[in-house]
Amino acid sequence: MVVWTDQERAFIQDIFSKLNYEDAGPKALQRVLIVYPWTQRYFGGFGNLYSAEAIKSNPMVAAHGIVVLHGLDKAMKNMDDIKNAYADLSVLHSEKLHVDPDNFRLLADCLTIVIAATMGSSFTASVQAAWQKFIAVVVSALSRQYH
Amino acid sequence: MSLTAKDKAFVKAFWGKISGQADAIGQEALGRMLIVYPQTKIYFSGWTDFSLDSPQVKKHGKTVMSAITDAVGKMDDLIGGMSSLSDLHATKFRIDPVNFKILSHNILVTLAVHFPTDFTAEVHVAVDKFLAAVSAALADKYR
Repeated sequence: MVVWTDQERAFIQDIFSKLNYEDAGPKALQRVLIVYPWTQRYFGGFGNLYSAEAIKSNPMVAAHGIVVLHGLDKAMKNMDDIKNAYADLSVLHSEKLHVDPDNFRLLADCLTIVIAATMGSSFTASVQAAWQKFIAVVVSALSRQYH
Repeated sequence: MSLTAKDKAFVKAFWGKISGQADAIGQEALGRMLIVYPQTKIYFSGWTDFSLDSPQVKKHGKTVMSAITDAVGKMDDLIGGMSSLSDLHATKFRIDPVNFKILSHNILVTLAVHFPTDFTAEVHVAVDKFLAAVSAALADKYR
C-alpha cells in the first residue's frame, strides 16, 4: 500500500481543487499527440490529426481530453487504494483498447507539463514530488492488469 | 528520431528567448531533480546542501545548462561536438544514462513553469528531441 504524508495529500487535493478540466484535459491530450506522435495510433477515428494546428482545433481530441482527465478523479478520491480503484479501467485499456502501457507514462509527463505551466511557481519542487508520486501510482495501477 | 531543420529552428528560437535566464533554469531544473528523484543525489555524495538555493546546486546547475546552451550551437554534429564531454561522463562520472532523461524532464518542467506561453506543444517536441539527442551524444562513449 502506498503511504501518503499529510502534506502530500494536501498538495494533491490542492492541485485538483484548482484544476480546470476543460482547459487542462484538452491541453494534455493535444500535447501527447503532438510531442509523441505515435500515440495517434489509438485515435484513428478522430479525424484530422495531421498537424499540430489540426490536433489543437480537433473537437474530438478536446472532448476526450476532458474524459481522460476526469479519470484521475477516481485516484484522488481513493488515494489509499488506487491499485484496486483502477482494476477495471486497467482491464479495459488492456483487453479492449489495447493501449501500450508506456503511453500512460507519456500522457502523465505531458499532464505534468500542463499543470506546471498553469500553476507556475506555485508548482514547487515539493508539490512536483507529490504530484509525480501520485501520477506514478496511477500509471502503475493502470498497467497492473495487463497480462 | 533525428533533429529536423524545423526542430533546430524551434530550439534556436526558443533558446534565444530563454538564454538570459539559462543559469537560473539550470539551477532550478537540477534542484527539482534532486528533490523529486532523490536517487540522483548519489552522484553528489560530497555535497552538504541539496536545497534549491544551495550554492552547490546553483553552481552545478549553471555548469550543466551552459553545456546544453553550447550544444544548441552544435546541433548539426552533437556526437562530434560533445565528444570530450562524453569521454568525461563515460570514464570519470559514469552517470547511468537513465538520469539524462530524468534531468531532461525536469528541464522541461522548469521551462513550462517560467515560459508557459512560449513553451507550446510544438516547442516542447523540438526541445524534447534536442535534449534526447544531447543525452545520446553524452552517452556515446559509454561502451
